[in-house]
Parts: sequence; C-alpha cells; structure tokens
Amino acid sequence: MSHKIIVPIGPYHPLQEEPEYFQLYVEGERVVDIDIIIGYNHRGIEKLSEAKHFDQVPFLVERICGICSSSHPYTYCLAVENILGGEANIVPEKALYIRTIIDELQRIHSHLLWLGLTGHFIGYNTVWMWAWKYREPVLDCFEMVTGNRNNYAMFKVGGVRRDLKDEDIPVLKKMLDELSPGIDLFRGAIMDDPVIKMRLKGVGLLTRKQALDWCVVGPTARASGVNIDVRRDEPYGVADRLDWKVILEKDGDIFCKTIVRILELYESISIIRQSLNKMPKSGSIDAGVKDIPAGEGIGRVEAPRGECFHYIKTDGTNRPIRHKIRSPSFMNVASDKVSAVGGTISDATLTLAAVDPCYCCTERVAVINKSDKRKVMNGWDLIKLSQEKTLKLKEGYDGRPE
Amino acid sequence: MKYIFYYLIFPGFLFSAVIGLLAGWIDRKVTARLQWRIGPPWHQNFTDIIKLLGKETIIPEGARFTFLFSPYLGLISAVLVTTYLGRSMISPLESFSGDLIVFFYLLAIPALALIIGASASRNPLASVGASREMKLVLAYELPFILAIVAVIIRSNGVIQLGQIIRQQLFFGSNIFSFSGFLGFLVALFCIQAKLGIGLFDIAEADQEIMCGTLIEYSGLPLAIFKLTKAIMFYTLPLFIIVLFLGRDLTPVFLIAKYLMLLGIVILIKNTNPRLRIDQALKFFWRVPTLLGVIAVILALFGL
Repeated sequence: MSHKIIVPIGPYHPLQEEPEYFQLYVEGERVVDIDIIIGYNHRGIEKLSEAKHFDQVPFLVERICGICSSSHPYTYCLAVENILGGEANIVPEKALYIRTIIDELQRIHSHLLWLGLTGHFIGYNTVWMWAWKYREPVLDCFEMVTGNRNNYAMFKVGGVRRDLKDEDIPVLKKMLDELSPGIDLFRGAIMDDPVIKMRLKGVGLLTRKQALDWCVVGPTARASGVNIDVRRDEPYGVADRLDWKVILEKDGDIFCKTIVRILELYESISIIRQSLNKMPKSGSIDAGVKDIPAGEGIGRVEAPRGECFHYIKTDGTNRPIRHKIRSPSFMNVASDKVSAVGGTISDATLTLAAVDPCYCCTERVAVINKSDKRKVMNGWDLIKLSQEKTLKLKEGYDGRPE
Repeated sequence: MKYIFYYLIFPGFLFSAVIGLLAGWIDRKVTARLQWRIGPPWHQNFTDIIKLLGKETIIPEGARFTFLFSPYLGLISAVLVTTYLGRSMISPLESFSGDLIVFFYLLAIPALALIIGASASRNPLASVGASREMKLVLAYELPFILAIVAVIIRSNGVIQLGQIIRQQLFFGSNIFSFSGFLGFLVALFCIQAKLGIGLFDIAEADQEIMCGTLIEYSGLPLAIFKLTKAIMFYTLPLFIIVLFLGRDLTPVFLIAKYLMLLGIVILIKNTNPRLRIDQALKFFWRVPTLLGVIAVILALFGL
C-alpha cells in the first residue's frame, strides 16, 4: 500500500519564519523523501557588497541575518584584517574583548530563540514564551551597549565602533547572573520531562559519519560527536585566552542538539564574565585602518549555527572586488535530506527546525526552466547574463540619437 | 415549542455557546498568564466568531458538498447532546432508559464531522489531519466506553443519566470509589483528546500541518467549527462531572467543579508538549485502556 502524496512545508508555513519550501514525499505519515527548494529570498548581497566601500560593507552583511547579525560583520572584518596582517596584530586589545562579548551575547540570544521555537514546534508554547522572556534582557543589554536590539553596527575593520562604557559592565554582569537560574530551569525542564524525551530522543538522527559526509557545522555537528568549533580551532577575538570548553554529544538526535545548545549557553555566559573581568579599563578601540592593500583574505567565525565563512579579494581600491559568503545554515539545511527521511511528518517538521535554519543566510539563485530543470547559477553566470543584457540594450539603442 | 426553546436557547445552543466561549477565554487568559503574557479581553472569543461570520467563505476547487455540510452536522449533534445533558440535570426524571448510548454516539459526531469535512477539502495537509483525527478517535473511544461502563456498573446497570445522577445523590459521588476514580482519570485523558488540546492537539497541529483538518475552512463554516469546539469545551467537562462528581449539582458547586476540571485541563495543556500520533495511540491503548479495564473489574466487585 504505497500511496505517495506531497506534503508541502512552505513557501509560507508556521514552521518557518522565512519563505522556504520543503516538499515532503509522504506515505501515510511516513516521510520517504524530501526536496529542499531554496531561493525565495535572494537579495544579491555578495554583488551589492562589491559596490560598497570597506567601511559600508559591515552594515550590509549585518543585514544578511537578523539573528546572527554580529557573526557576519565580524567574519567580514576578520577577512579584511587577514589581508592587513591578522586580527591579533592590528586590532587594539580592548576592541578584541568587546568583539568577543558581543559575539557571545549574540550566541546566547540566538540559542534562546531556537530553544523557544523548538518548544513551539513540539506544541509546548510555555517553553516558547519562557525562553523568549529570558531572551528579552539580553536584547535590552544589546540596546544599552550598541543602541540596537538587532543589527548592532558594532564592527568595523580594525576595531569596534562603540566603546563598552564602565557603567554598562555591572548591568551586563547582573543580567548574566539573572539569566543563569533561568537556564537551569530549562535544563531541568527539558532533560527530565518524559514527554519531551519521547518527542526528541532518537528523532532526526544524524550519525557522525552522516554529519561528516554532509559537512554540517556548529551545534548540529557537535551533537553528532564531530569535534569542531572555530573558536578553538582557529581562535579569534580573545577566545584562546579564556577558559571554556567545547560541548560535545554523541547521539546526533534532536535531544542532543537541544542539550548542546543549552550547555553552550553556560559556556557563553562564562566567556562573557571572564571577558568583562579581564577587559582593560581604558585604551583605544579602533586601529584607524585607512587603506586596504591588494590581496585575498578569509575570515571564519563560529556563528550560533556553525562556521560562518567570508572570502574577500581586493585590488587596492576602496572596494572588495569579490566577496564570497558561506553561511552555516547552507551546510546544515542540506543534512535534512538524510535526517528527516524515515520519520513521521511530526518528526520531520521538528528535524527541519532542529538545525536552527537561518534561511536568509542560505539563499542562492535558482533558475527554473519550463521543463522544470533547475540550475544553480554562480556569480560568473550572473555576470555573463548581465553582460548579455547590456549588449542587448546597446544593440537596441544603436542608430538612435544619443 | 418548549423543545425548540430548550434546543436553541437554554440549555442548548445559545447558553452552551456563551459558556463555552467564556471557558475558552479562561483557557486563553490562564495560558497567557502562565506564559508571562497579558492575554485577551473577556469578549475576545465572541469577537473572533463575529469577525469570522463576516468573512468570505472560500470553497476549494473540487470540494464535495460535504465540505459545507459537515460543520453543521458537528454543531447540531453537539447542541443536541448539550441540550439533553442540561435537561437531565435539571429534571432527572425526564431522561429515558439507554440514553447514555445515544450520548456516546452524539459525542463522537463532531470528530466525524471534522474528518468528513477535511476529507472533502482535497488538501493534502487536511487529509493528513483527517487521518490523524481518525486514529485518535480509534485510540480514545475504547477507554472512554470503559470509563462509562464502570459508572454504569456502579449504578446497578442502569444506562440512564437521570438514574445515575439520583444514584449519586443517595450514595455519594462515583469518584470517591476506586473504580470511579480510575474511570475519572481515564475520562479526563479522553476529553482532552476529544477536545484536541495540549498533549493531543495532533490533528490540528498548527506548526506541523497548519491546522490540518481546518486548513481549507474560512468564514462561516470555520466559525461553526469553532463554535462546536466551544460547546464541546462546555459539554465534555460537564458530562464528566455528571458521571463522576454528580452528588451535588447546585449551581455554586457545579461552577466550582467545572472550574476545577477546566483548571486541571489547562494546566496539563500548558505543561506538556504535543505527542506524536503513534505515541498517542500507544498511550491510549496501553495506559487508559488498562486503567479502564481495571475500573470495570473493580466496579464489578463493588469497589
């Protein structure tokens, strides 16, 4: 009895905060195959970036994603600083600490957001509301320090834009002190609840081998026992001077992903506390970088969802001539192809959400022909298309008076 | 004429709808307070229904006539069961022998109406929802019957609501016996599944299948489904009260008991995630069914 129907998840679906399309091929309740169709939200950020000068690009890449809106500018800055000789060599001491603090605060708010959404997706709205309630003070601290709840505009090549004021430090510490009991509560509520265990244990399994095969990154990989974390493997900011550890779980199911993220919250709190204590009281926060020489640079940052990667190529002018972005969700979302198949629809929807997908990071252009053959275009294809169009326009104008 | 009044005004449609919508508001308000939200004003549910009445009814292409017919089917049977339940409580002597069986059938019809309507809408998500609802019906009906049978045995085998009420008036509520308590627990789970809330919000699961069975409904038919649900939100707890806590049915005690039952249901709803359909099926066939069987056996021994 195999009667296959397509259950559409998307392009607009309560499961997703952004337009994205998953086609679940379903027999009864069992998902037998899945098609992932992305590209509803493409904004051409890489191309836009080539039209901005170096100081403007952080504002642009910040808007790739509202949730990890410090990871992208940070990665970009690292990439440019790589051309200049490395972050550690040019960025002032205090700015390094501020960068780390902002980055970890962002991880806390992002993980809490994910925790709440997962609660929502298993129909446990109380967890949703409580997680977001505890997230609110974090956002307030962001607003206090940077002026914005999201899109912090803190990063610039060679330093940070705003100083962390002395009077802000006690407020931050107090917020962290109040946050810890809240996280204890979630840890207890989720690790000990039998019904949550029933829903999460053994669901959306991604084995270590599959994780390696599908190149997943971040908490998704660490829940499957893949020991990667950019903060440790290629330290940036002050991550290597502080005492913290990488959280690992073995089983690779959604329960493990939840545990990894909850425990990472503790590590982030610890990192921020240490940074606040060790941060120099005074000092410059900006190296005052003026010119960027020709060259290539890469930046890697452990975003809340995993490794975020930027590549910058410069030619000595005030603009990047190539800016390539690879965001973590682009790697993680693809792994749904193995982890969501075989479960029921309830499990599949949960699995889709468990990698903490950030769709707007993930968007690539897909050209769909009438014969339904898709082709993913790269930057060069787009340039060729653009040149062809320019040529056509020129032909059209031929013979007319200017 | 009298019966039309009973059916349409009190204790039938109008009364039960108002109480049910108010109970729905209590649910929303308590839920909101538990979640650190403020919650809607008391008239929110009425406003929702009135707003839905003014909306366009969209009928999906190729939908059968049952698509528009099934909401009314659910509403009519829900109101019928409410009217009869209310009349039995007001004057227990009016009830006829064997009415519990009718009750049992009528209480199952709103779920059937949902299944019929969803199947007629030709939406894949609705069909998933319908199949889930069907499995859920299969899961909870057996323990529900067992719980009722336990009560019937305790009342010396009379299948008559009025007699059961009178019996409890003389010998105390059923819940204060072993079999009655087990039956009450079983029935508590079953009404949650019948209402489709909390643990058993599986057929509508808005994050999974976007309200599944109701996905294609809009305007008037949707309002009618919502009303049916509101009426069931009033009727089912009342039914449980009559069966298990039926000693004192004066208004003050009745309201207190109803609010208590509502509170339990709301608390369970807010402290548990939704189950998967296979888990719900396993749960019902293992735990409540077993408890129901034990309750029946205990009742046979007069405990």
